[in-house]
Amino acid sequence: MNCRLESGGRIDRTQRLRFAFNGRRYRGFAGDTLASALIANGVHLTSRSFKYHRPRGILTAGAEEPSALVQLGEGARTEPNLRATQVELHDGLVAAGVNAWPSASCDLAAWTGRLAPLFPAGFYYKTFLWPASFWKAVYEPAIRRMAGLGRAPEEPDPDIYDRMNVHCDVLVVGGGPAGLGAALAAGETGARVLLVDEQPALGGALQGLRHRVDGMDGAEWAQAAAARLAAMPEVQVLTRTTLFGYYDHNTLAALERRTDHLGPDAPAHLTRQRLWTVKARRVVLATGAHERPLVFADNDRPGVMLASAAQRYVNHFAALPGRLPVLFTNNDDAYEVAHDIVAAGGKVLAVVDCRPEPAAPLAATLKEAGVALYTGAVIAATHGTRRVQAVTVAALGEDGGLGGGRWRIGCDSVLVSGGWNPAVHLFCQSAGRLTFEEARGIFLPGEATQALEVAGAAAGSFGLAACLADGAAAGARAAHAAGFGDGRAPPAPPSDAPEPGAIAPFWLAPGLKPVGHGKAKHMVDHQDDVTAADIRLAAREGFRSVEHVKRYTTVGMGTDQGKTANVNGLAILADALGKSVPEVGFTTYRPPYTPVTFGALAGRDRGALMDPVRRTAMHEWHEAAGAVFEPVGQWHRPWWYPRRGEDKHAAVARECRAVRAAVGVLDASTLGKIDIRGPDAATLLDRLYTNAFSTLKVGRVRYGLMCGDDGMVFDDGTTARLAEDHYLMTTTTGNAAHVLEWLEEWVQTEWPELRVWCTSVTEQWATLALAGPKARDVLAAVAPGLALDADSFPFMSVREGTVAGVGARVFRISFTGELSFEINVPWHHGRHVWEALMEAGAAHGITPYGTEAMHVLRAERGFIIVGQETDGTTTPQDLGMDWIVSKKKADFLGKRAWIREDNKRADRKQLVGILTDDPKVVLAEGAQLVDRPGRPPVPMIGHVTSSYMSPAVGRSIALALVKGGRARLGEAVHANQAKKFVRCTIAEPVFYDPEGGKRDG
Amino acid sequence: MAEAPATPRSPLAGLAGALAGAQAGGVTLTERPARARLNLRLDPEDEEALAAAAAVLGAALPLAPNTAASAGDRTVLWLGPDEWLVTGPAAEADMLTGALAGRHHAITDVSAMYATLALSGANAREVLMKGCRLDLHPRAFAAGTCVQTALARAQVILHRSGNGQTYEITVRNSFSVYLATWLLDAMAEYRPA
Repeated sequence: MNCRLESGGRIDRTQRLRFAFNGRRYRGFAGDTLASALIANGVHLTSRSFKYHRPRGILTAGAEEPSALVQLGEGARTEPNLRATQVELHDGLVAAGVNAWPSASCDLAAWTGRLAPLFPAGFYYKTFLWPASFWKAVYEPAIRRMAGLGRAPEEPDPDIYDRMNVHCDVLVVGGGPAGLGAALAAGETGARVLLVDEQPALGGALQGLRHRVDGMDGAEWAQAAAARLAAMPEVQVLTRTTLFGYYDHNTLAALERRTDHLGPDAPAHLTRQRLWTVKARRVVLATGAHERPLVFADNDRPGVMLASAAQRYVNHFAALPGRLPVLFTNNDDAYEVAHDIVAAGGKVLAVVDCRPEPAAPLAATLKEAGVALYTGAVIAATHGTRRVQAVTVAALGEDGGLGGGRWRIGCDSVLVSGGWNPAVHLFCQSAGRLTFEEARGIFLPGEATQALEVAGAAAGSFGLAACLADGAAAGARAAHAAGFGDGRAPPAPPSDAPEPGAIAPFWLAPGLKPVGHGKAKHMVDHQDDVTAADIRLAAREGFRSVEHVKRYTTVGMGTDQGKTANVNGLAILADALGKSVPEVGFTTYRPPYTPVTFGALAGRDRGALMDPVRRTAMHEWHEAAGAVFEPVGQWHRPWWYPRRGEDKHAAVARECRAVRAAVGVLDASTLGKIDIRGPDAATLLDRLYTNAFSTLKVGRVRYGLMCGDDGMVFDDGTTARLAEDHYLMTTTTGNAAHVLEWLEEWVQTEWPELRVWCTSVTEQWATLALAGPKARDVLAAVAPGLALDADSFPFMSVREGTVAGVGARVFRISFTGELSFEINVPWHHGRHVWEALMEAGAAHGITPYGTEAMHVLRAERGFIIVGQETDGTTTPQDLGMDWIVSKKKADFLGKRAWIREDNKRADRKQLVGILTDDPKVVLAEGAQLVDRPGRPPVPMIGHVTSSYMSPAVGRSIALALVKGGRARLGEAVHANQAKKFVRCTIAEPVFYDPEGGKRDG
Repeated sequence: MAEAPATPRSPLAGLAGALAGAQAGGVTLTERPARARLNLRLDPEDEEALAAAAAVLGAALPLAPNTAASAGDRTVLWLGPDEWLVTGPAAEADMLTGALAGRHHAITDVSAMYATLALSGANAREVLMKGCRLDLHPRAFAAGTCVQTALARAQVILHRSGNGQTYEITVRNSFSVYLATWLLDAMAEYRPA
């Protein structure tokens, strides 16, 4: 059935578009939405409902659509649950209704509708209780398949998305008459204004109306206003952009659909959607109002539509919602819809008005045009299956039930109007409070908690003239509050629209049988299939709180958040409870206003841009050498360098042997480095470390442990004294930033009298650790000016010199137990020096080694790693490191914590070595240790912290924290490994060169 | 024995090709050549120290938060109430050390710690807005403004330099490849089709 009008509307009739819906091909025009194109093709049945699989059609013309939900596109680009009323038509568009198989017109699951008596409110709380194991395995999967919405795509999203951050003085949300007025008024003051609207063009409600503004067609006036805004340099307008979230401190979020409307013609270099974060000094909410459906028997059949939606389809899209409509209303304004349809050349069979005597000025005109008028009457039933075919009109009796008259009217559509609900969703998100106005039965924005104004229909000003004036005033006020203009509103343009007409709130039309009896359903929430009977049942079952009723019945819990359902649902609940609507209260709205794609939330934070990879100066060399990288925080460090045919174990073993037998080189650039200067530098270090640094001689290096004020180890590293008042501290890789903050916190807050500066130089210096008995030979070849013999350059000292032609600081420290030099050169020369070492060491078989070999080598010597042997509950004493805790210093961080009884317990977990009875078994790190094997629960006495196969020792080695472990050397324990117990012996935590003789080479 | 290379190797050396052609419509991205850089700490209430530093640098140390000062070849960025980043000729450290002798101060060579990217052109601000939460509008971010902030997921020093046409983004070496890759990606939409 072709329902397109011969002329009129604002579609582009020169551009014909083809599209497919539910497997059939149709034609539309540029400027159509999917919904308007379907209506123009006479299609109302779009999908099946969530629970009962009832046939569903297009109820609205906008964002509030609860029922015409479609699955758009195919394959990787498919997107579920879009509102057909908001999908812009493009050539080749393919869509299908949700929750129907094989199709919306022949849905095999429609039998569930006949089982409706089995699915009352809260049925899943009552029905699927037993047996409990069935819920996850049987009931939930089955219900999920049967009930539900669209399908999520299964392939990676081929589109790209991005984000944008913007600040403005005045944010105007909504580009209707109020929003345009606000943006113009604010823009003229020179304020930075952002206007956001979800439609492709500005105008909002003006597009659906035939009224004139400033002597022009309303939509044309909106275009003129848009042109004026475009000429203002500090005004930005975003169309096709939904402001979906209003957060604290006037931070708001919007989704811009940049290329969706272009379909396959979307240019590849543009992101598909953009997530905007807006910081606004003032916000003007001009979000309009949503028309409220009337609740009557079987009010959800395809063909039943909001009157204002029909008006928009006729006036804006030149599409008649039906050839034979009946209009059902409780207010005067809806008469205008009938008038517009007649004026456009359509026909209206009848107006059914529940009020006894409507004062609508248009009533007489409509009568003359042949429209039947039923007053004091309701639609008591609708008839038809996949589309409404007739309605039964009945007179209302005195008691609110049905009176005498019954009239059956054959029709193909029903247009309903129950009044208007201000779109207060964003206001609620902003934490604003609502008030209820009895006369019109509406919730209005009350007290605001953020810097905002509400203007136009969103504030309850439903007339066009009021919207225009209200918007201009709000825009001027907002700009003034942000420091622009004098706050006086510019004159609003005149319009020919009448004042809003009278309304009598009407919440539930009686049916031919009492509500909840018989097959008829008084649908309140079209998306979740919640009926008036469900809400009454909840009240009968004792639910009193609106929050509980919402969750029990699911009213308002769909993706539409009950935009068309909530107020009707509340009023029906209030009636059932015998209370007023304000007494019942209101459930709030939360972001997002309409659903947001995950792609937009992720933006460009995908793949290589997901998180920074921090690279050292030698990173590209490591890559070329085939290194496997280990993420350490954001750093990627070489883990091991496999040669052809080597697995991890073989590569690590080879690297370990090279360091023990010849020489290896490690990229240690990621260690944190902090330059500490000033006359009080030594005092600061004495207070931060457990040992003393004021006694350190210039040119020497000392290892230090740092504890929190709780006495627990939180970092370790070596610190060198470069001059009397100048130290260089190193930290663990992961703690570099944290340690600097720790230093600054103490210096800035507790000890401001200390004259000391702390500066991060982590990335000034590339660090190359040259380790092994041949390290001296290799370094000598590239640093001929440095005296490297053990007397001139003793262990734990630092020298400045030239390495491979580059000024360097060389530290003789060792994390492997071998002779070792840590060479620090300016980062930009790191790669050069690394290559020079490789060249100079070639004759000795120099081997680059990664973090895994480093871990093995240090564990062989029993050196701890903070965060591996410690977990924030480990003291230096637990680690057997009393030797590093000063007995002389008066005070330092951590000292006072150790007099706590708990920190002196003999059965604290202490660091020990663990040797498996079978030397080939390598324990899992984290393995739990017990005294005797047995079925759990078994008392746990400790856990393995480090565990490796040691090439140097020729067997597996492990470190562990064991209760009272230091007193248990030589005793047996058992480690739980892969559900078996492995017998082990507690040992000293040093497995290689316990005398430390290797460090001099 | 190996000689030191004549020019330091940029941490962005691997992206040199991509950066050489990094012009996309209204926005251009280039890497600034390496310069000497000093981190300078001194007490902002030490008038003598301030005067001594100003005499060497030819410009007063900026004391207003998030501002920069320039004199000739030299730029001084405010990093904190007692911290500045000085970019200029290499010999500066010794001159400053001499001038500040006896005053409580610290001069730390950080010449090799950062890479600096310069983003310019009509769309430069919009590219930055994709990854920076601060207000970069000229009314709020005038030429000469210098802030430490997050750009995408990297910590940067962002300086609107010169006449305001260029944003200089100073980033620690380790983050530079990530940041340059992110910027090139954000610029893609301005490339003429």
